[in-house]
Amino acid sequence: MKYIPTIGIECHVQLATKTKLFSEVDNDARGKEPNSCVSPVDYALPGMLPRLNGEAIKFAIRAGKAMNCKINEHSRFDRKHYFYPDSPKGYQITQFYEPIIGEGFVELPSGTRIRIEHAHLEGDAGKLTHFSDYSLVDFNRVDTPLIEIVSMPDIHSAKDAHDYCKELWRLMIFAEVSYGDLYNGNMRFDVNISLAPEGTKELGTRAEVKNLNSFRSVERAVEYEIKRQTKLLEAGKKVVQETRGWNDADGKTTGQRSKEEAKDYRYMPEPDLPPINLTKEFIETEAAKLPLMPADYRKMFGKTIKSDILEILLDYPQLAYKLKEIASPSHPERAQVRSPKLIALDGKVSAISLIANLFVSVLLAEEKSAEYLNDLPSAKDLTELAEMNKKKELSSTATKEVFLHLFDPQMKGRGSKQIAKELGLIQENDLGALEKIVDAVLAKPETKKAQDDFKAGEEKVIGFLVGQVMKESRGKANPSAVQDILRKKLA
Amino acid sequence: MKTANKKITAERLVKDALDKAKHFADYNIFTFLNEEGALKKAREIDARIARGEKVGKLAGVPYALKDNFLSPEGETTASAHILQEFISPVTATAVAKLEAEDAIMIGRTNLDAFAHGSSTENSFFGPTLNAYDKERVAGGSSGGSAVAVALDIVEFATGTDTGGSIRQPASFNGVFGLKPTYGCVSRYGVVAMASSTDCIGFFTKTPEDMDLLMSIASGQDPKDLTTLADYYNGESQEQCLEGLPEVTTEDDGASDPSLKNTVLAPRRIGIIKDFDNESVDKSIRDALKEKCELLKSKGHEIVELKMPSLKYALPAYYIIVPAEVASNLSRYDGVRYGFRSDESKDLDQLYENTRSEGFMPENKRRIMIGNFVLSSGFYDAYFLKAAKARTLIIEEYEKAFEKCDYILTPVSPSPAFKLGEKVNDPIAMYFEDVMSVSLNLAGVPGLTIPVGKTDTGLPIGLQLVGPRRSDKKLINFAKEIA
Repeated sequence: MKYIPTIGIECHVQLATKTKLFSEVDNDARGKEPNSCVSPVDYALPGMLPRLNGEAIKFAIRAGKAMNCKINEHSRFDRKHYFYPDSPKGYQITQFYEPIIGEGFVELPSGTRIRIEHAHLEGDAGKLTHFSDYSLVDFNRVDTPLIEIVSMPDIHSAKDAHDYCKELWRLMIFAEVSYGDLYNGNMRFDVNISLAPEGTKELGTRAEVKNLNSFRSVERAVEYEIKRQTKLLEAGKKVVQETRGWNDADGKTTGQRSKEEAKDYRYMPEPDLPPINLTKEFIETEAAKLPLMPADYRKMFGKTIKSDILEILLDYPQLAYKLKEIASPSHPERAQVRSPKLIALDGKVSAISLIANLFVSVLLAEEKSAEYLNDLPSAKDLTELAEMNKKKELSSTATKEVFLHLFDPQMKGRGSKQIAKELGLIQENDLGALEKIVDAVLAKPETKKAQDDFKAGEEKVIGFLVGQVMKESRGKANPSAVQDILRKKLA
Repeated sequence: MKTANKKITAERLVKDALDKAKHFADYNIFTFLNEEGALKKAREIDARIARGEKVGKLAGVPYALKDNFLSPEGETTASAHILQEFISPVTATAVAKLEAEDAIMIGRTNLDAFAHGSSTENSFFGPTLNAYDKERVAGGSSGGSAVAVALDIVEFATGTDTGGSIRQPASFNGVFGLKPTYGCVSRYGVVAMASSTDCIGFFTKTPEDMDLLMSIASGQDPKDLTTLADYYNGESQEQCLEGLPEVTTEDDGASDPSLKNTVLAPRRIGIIKDFDNESVDKSIRDALKEKCELLKSKGHEIVELKMPSLKYALPAYYIIVPAEVASNLSRYDGVRYGFRSDESKDLDQLYENTRSEGFMPENKRRIMIGNFVLSSGFYDAYFLKAAKARTLIIEEYEKAFEKCDYILTPVSPSPAFKLGEKVNDPIAMYFEDVMSVSLNLAGVPGLTIPVGKTDTGLPIGLQLVGPRRSDKKLINFAKEIA
């Protein structure tokens, strides 16, 4: 019997707000001492009350809009109770009953749509580190704003699970609501997987794999679960509804907590925070600040840039935006402007495809690429570079060299043309001048043998001769023009 | 209230208060006496007065602080073992406002641990005795504060009122006690009991003092999102009397047009018929009747009200409040501050032992009730139903205030009861709150007015209830009828 997997994913996204969700303390604890970003509110001293960070509400609206979601004008907070030292209050403030983000969908690069059930705002927990006979707790992360995005069970393969998580990550970084640093836990995934015989409507019993922190581990955990559950079902056994943990080194999931042992969170309306009531105008104002999303770039560049190159570019919002700047310099705004005029590339097709290739094959291969990404050359310099390449003033090697020099702190700002001149990389395209150089090379006795070999039909020695001409021209000659002249002369 | 000046120094006022506090030590009023801190502050104020500098409206006035208000002066324990040795790094907004006007805290007062109780017998430090009869309870939970004012140790004391914790002890000890409108005074820095019903208020000897304190302590606080936009001081005299029948002043208005000189127009006073029954002590019913006759004779109208939903107030209260209590007490786990049990071998034991040893029996009772009504499968049957009853009660008060301007009711079914009489009978103790809790559920203000004494000399108080945001009117009306 064939089994169809059904997968739903809950994703926690840490929002990159300046301050925490319920206090005025710095929310960016990267590189800071443990317990240095903690207010009396986060520490849950007696009598402390949560204050609501308005920026987190704005970020939630943007995140929701990035996922094509309805933003609820009315939402409120609830308390979710559990005892653990990472939870100073003894409860997490979350939105159990009335979340801020309603239904929507995420479209994968393949075109598959995954529906979003809802997403809610909540505070993160602290971090525990266990040692042999003691544990330490760091409250820096307490009440960092999170949105938990809950998908519908629309995913049916490990690959789609991977792609969905990755697309969510892109949406969050393009919407500029999260640093998207998975290594540091900015996004974490809980994956629900069940199997049902093909053709049945009813879903099977699900297992939940919690706390996955990379797309790859999501994919591997799903693959493992599908195998594990298939084996169970084929042996006539039952899948137990439980929470499972993922061991990345073993590539296995292991049971942690069954449904019977599940905690009772004793949800209760949060009495210290009034409900959030947003006006339509407020929501629209925030939604209008949403920058262009991956889907917009796919629409814009889908016919110009090869899809494998484009999908790599879409991991880097800076690069995508730079290409958009090159495409339509007259529309510098980053917010979504849905006019067809913007999407039209105004004759910049070759420039965009060249720069896209340079970004992916040259820039991203550089050791310092992370640094470079934050300080990209201007659209004007890049456009100039593309034009020189198009006019054959620069060979493809020279184009790469000038491109790299645009990141050189000594050279940048001088413009592509000036850099190319200074490096002596402008190609000689003047046929008269090239002919003279070719004649000089052919007059040299050391090329005699090669000339004879070519005439005798040894095609590949043309490369040697072109090389000699290039050497003579000190690299400035246009090699394809040189080849044409050589062929004519040796015909 | 007496403030410090060049003749009567703050130091004198503070020393007198401290002497009296020591003299009445057997009443077990204070959990901490702020001798050093209070005298230091008094001398600073005196120095400013001597230099002719401006001082606050409460310059040198000694006051008592209920021990559930956070301030760095002394341990903030909420009279609970689990908060022993907790010294707060932060100051409650209400305390900061009083201190900004140069009031001087001379001590922290006893309460039922975490304000759970109606007699102060649930304190880790033992009960506070009634100011008029040492065999009887002070009432609670703000028992220490009420007795501190009743025995004239201090000019005023702070209190918290979640279900009657200011009004009932005020009534038991013959002083004024105000539970303001929910959200009128910031709760920031006050150990939470039940967030949706907790109110910060005061005990005073006169309505005038109450007015002054409310003008200082009230107001919106960015640190407490449930506070209301400022209205207490925003209300000009005109607005205060808006919509009421004609107003005449005693003098020709040449002098200060403060409300003292205003004779207020006749008012409609509501009496809740539902409370007029055998379960209320005869002395209290007689006092209410007497007061009504007096009001009638002054030209006010008495309106009889039926408020059938109020019978749901006590059961709804003892579902909603324990739920919030259980939640708010979750933070006391021995991990970060306060008491931690030493005997624990693992995390579960640490929680279990710390909380078992650190909480009083009444705390545990409420935690258990609260967790029960919130538990999966019972939420709808208990918590949600109680929340619906609460809505009915709010609506019933709104309707009542269409028929009358104020409501006058008993505060509790009986005057101060004997120590030990109810402490082992939780239901009898909860019944103490039957007339006070509906105000907390509805968020409306209530002011205890001392109206007389029983034949045996125990104080009797009545509570004057008004619509939301009517705090100032309530106090002004009390000035007239007290």
